[in-house]
Amino acid sequence: MATLAALPLLLILVWTVIYPNVAVIMGSMGHWREFAESPSDVEALKNSIIIAVASVAASLAIGVPLAFLLTRFDFPGRTVLRAAALLPAALPPLVGVISFLFLYGDTGVITRVVQIALRLKDVPWHLNGIGAIIFIHAYTMYVYVYLFVSAGLERYEASLDEAAIGLGAGTLRRLTRVTLPLLTPAIAGSALLVFMSALGSFSAPYVFGGGVRVLSTQILNSKLNDAIGLAYVETTVLAISAVAGLLLFRWLEGKRAYVAAGKGGASRQPVRSRWARIGLATSAALIVLVLVLPHLMIVLVSFAKDGAWTTQVLPPEYTTHNYAGLFTENQLWTPIRNSIVMSLLATAGNVVFCVAGAYLIVTRKFSGRRLLEALVALPWAIPGTAIALGLLATFNKNDLSMGKVLLVGTFWILPLAYFVRDIPLVSQAVEGSLKQMDPSLEPAARGLGASWWMAVRRVVLPAARPGIVAGALLACVTAVGEFVASIVLYTHGNRPISIEILAQLRSYAFGTASAYSALLIGLVLIMALAARFAESRMQ
Amino acid sequence: MSGSGAGLVVDSIVRVFSGQTAVDHVSFEVKPGELVALVGASGSGKTTTLRIVAGYEQADTGRVLYDGQDITRLGPSKRDFGMVFQHYALFPHMSVAENVAFGLEARGVSRSERMQRASAALDRVGLGGKGGRMVQQLSGGEQQRVALARAAVIEPRLLLLDEPLSNLDPTLRQSTRDELRTTLKESKAPALFVTHDQDDAFAIADRIVLLSRGRVLQDGSPEDLYDRPATRDVAMFIGHATLISARRTGDFAAVSIAGAMHRVELSSFTGIADGETGAVVLRPEAVEIARDDGGDQWSATVIARRFAGAQFVYRLRLDADIVFDVASRERIDTGATVAVRVTRPVPMVP
Repeated sequence: MATLAALPLLLILVWTVIYPNVAVIMGSMGHWREFAESPSDVEALKNSIIIAVASVAASLAIGVPLAFLLTRFDFPGRTVLRAAALLPAALPPLVGVISFLFLYGDTGVITRVVQIALRLKDVPWHLNGIGAIIFIHAYTMYVYVYLFVSAGLERYEASLDEAAIGLGAGTLRRLTRVTLPLLTPAIAGSALLVFMSALGSFSAPYVFGGGVRVLSTQILNSKLNDAIGLAYVETTVLAISAVAGLLLFRWLEGKRAYVAAGKGGASRQPVRSRWARIGLATSAALIVLVLVLPHLMIVLVSFAKDGAWTTQVLPPEYTTHNYAGLFTENQLWTPIRNSIVMSLLATAGNVVFCVAGAYLIVTRKFSGRRLLEALVALPWAIPGTAIALGLLATFNKNDLSMGKVLLVGTFWILPLAYFVRDIPLVSQAVEGSLKQMDPSLEPAARGLGASWWMAVRRVVLPAARPGIVAGALLACVTAVGEFVASIVLYTHGNRPISIEILAQLRSYAFGTASAYSALLIGLVLIMALAARFAESRMQ
Repeated sequence: MSGSGAGLVVDSIVRVFSGQTAVDHVSFEVKPGELVALVGASGSGKTTTLRIVAGYEQADTGRVLYDGQDITRLGPSKRDFGMVFQHYALFPHMSVAENVAFGLEARGVSRSERMQRASAALDRVGLGGKGGRMVQQLSGGEQQRVALARAAVIEPRLLLLDEPLSNLDPTLRQSTRDELRTTLKESKAPALFVTHDQDDAFAIADRIVLLSRGRVLQDGSPEDLYDRPATRDVAMFIGHATLISARRTGDFAAVSIAGAMHRVELSSFTGIADGETGAVVLRPEAVEIARDDGGDQWSATVIARRFAGAQFVYRLRLDADIVFDVASRERIDTGATVAVRVTRPVPMVP
């Protein structure tokens, strides 16, 4: 019975997730020699992996110490730093890149301030190449590490550290023999997340990679050059690298399979030494400044008059016209309307689909359950560019005998791409809520005479509501700022905000580009707060 | 307090948590070879006291001394104490043997020697051959013994145990008590352990320090606390006692029940002058249901009966507000009126 109910879900997943990947692999046949013999492609593969690994290292180097500092110690400025530490997560991918351009690019504010302060003839650095990409990855991705390790430390059983101390272990031995090994699952989990994001990252290499080739940008280049077969090979290589990374990290995690979660209860140590307090407070203030600067910069430039900011350190003229324009000029309003409509459509689809899937996965036992569970998680392991190419290979013509429908070039291809990308996010949120529900509640409702629909409506859905709300808001936020799949699949008619930001940037309309960006940041913040509010109300 | 006594001396320690006084001028000693229990209800300050002794918490005022040396400000890793945590705090990523050897590793003992000593320590707690297991593969009782072996293998000056039996199921708990006392006595190190369970304390400890709301109520042998409680609070905490108001006259107490005066012989009356009022402590074993009419008898009504295997336990009402339990092998219906008498001298408290 449940298998029958799961069948339509499985069919949709096979059609929109599995089949596109098969189509990409099929399309790649006959082009592998081309890939192997192209020096730029081999270099791109190498660069992608170097960037992914270095981003993991940089994120760990920032995120782990920060998590320890903020969960284990109390010092002036801690609360502010704790709030600011999450700020990079509020930057949609392309927006983060742009703000870094404004701050640290050749004509960026910080760059010029340093140049003037040190009386240099040339700019002190160039924000391009692999180093620049890793720099921005570290800024945006350390948040994963910080969040995972903080959560691990909050749950960490404090008596384990006390036992190690009591048995005579010094700080270093305690860290290396007890604390860090027990945090391995959190560290490995977040490192995996950084690895996957960095490997598939598109915005940073695309905007200021300079001459650096990576797989995700190579895919778009090949597609634009009509070398679609080669693009399919590059997509396959990128997807295989991602899945290989996933398996590698899972294997590492599995080697450390033990439950280290306790009741927590470690209290924060107040930092007592006067100089340490002053030092920490000063560093906290500096770090907060660095974390807030990109957001401030976007807001500042969003009020700058387009075209007026050239050689000055800060934009010379300010106006509110950029914002007014977004809502009054048809050309500028269209992308906003597109993004909102498309993300709402995708999110609505996600909610219906993922609630049904999560309900079956959590409350039913049936053959195919594991398959369904694996398939709803799969899009997470596939970089956005690869998903886009898959859809391009599948929904490119009307041929029902091959299971193909023409969506490429129409409005519907982007909502579909957003839907596919957000399936894992929403599924996980809803499954999380349903797993907390007492499994005997639904049978109890049926035992009291409720119909299946009444039991679902009155018992199951209310239990799933926190997950549905949080998942829907998150999906909406990611879809509204989506860039990576959009740039492969958009048409002029359905161009979303991110594509328009890029277009404005290209025509040096920094003010308008920033106004869009500020709008996105505002949306992200509002939805994040709404999600948090919804969660807290449910508990 | 003599600062030079051998063993542990806790001297008037105070600890305040955000306005709440958790530990209020607590003083006691643990002499060489002695097993001392810190007993109290939750919130009595017993765990905080133990953590101050271990060095995980700092006392606001007061001192902790060992063999005459002031260790109040010494870090926990420098005290050479072995601690068994309430949930054992075994390292889940290490094998049983690695757990036990950890303290030796921290002391720079060579790998071969520490593995040998760990395995000997495991033998002593009856876990020989289980050193290669992972901690999660052991039962709760076995984990408790690993924790004990880990604390003992470093040959600590003092063993500290936080609720060592609270995670065990009731049947295991009975047998583990005796084992624990034997192991602690064999290890020769003095031990201080925290428990909320008076039966655990009676079975294991040489001496009990009873705490309530951060203060020491009484410090003495289990027999002292049971037979000669110093205060009402002690009497209420130890044993299933009913307190009945009384006036002391010599070695007896005059008790008024339902308007009639009765005389009860006293076993102790510390701090109560002749003619002063206080309360007699009536425990089930000091009272029996009378089958003849000898002695001074009280009349009571049976209000509940509970079958306890070897006998029935009856809940009797003596007076409007005096209810107590008494055991008997006889079967009596609820509602019946019975005669009871006190069979042995009972303690009186102020």
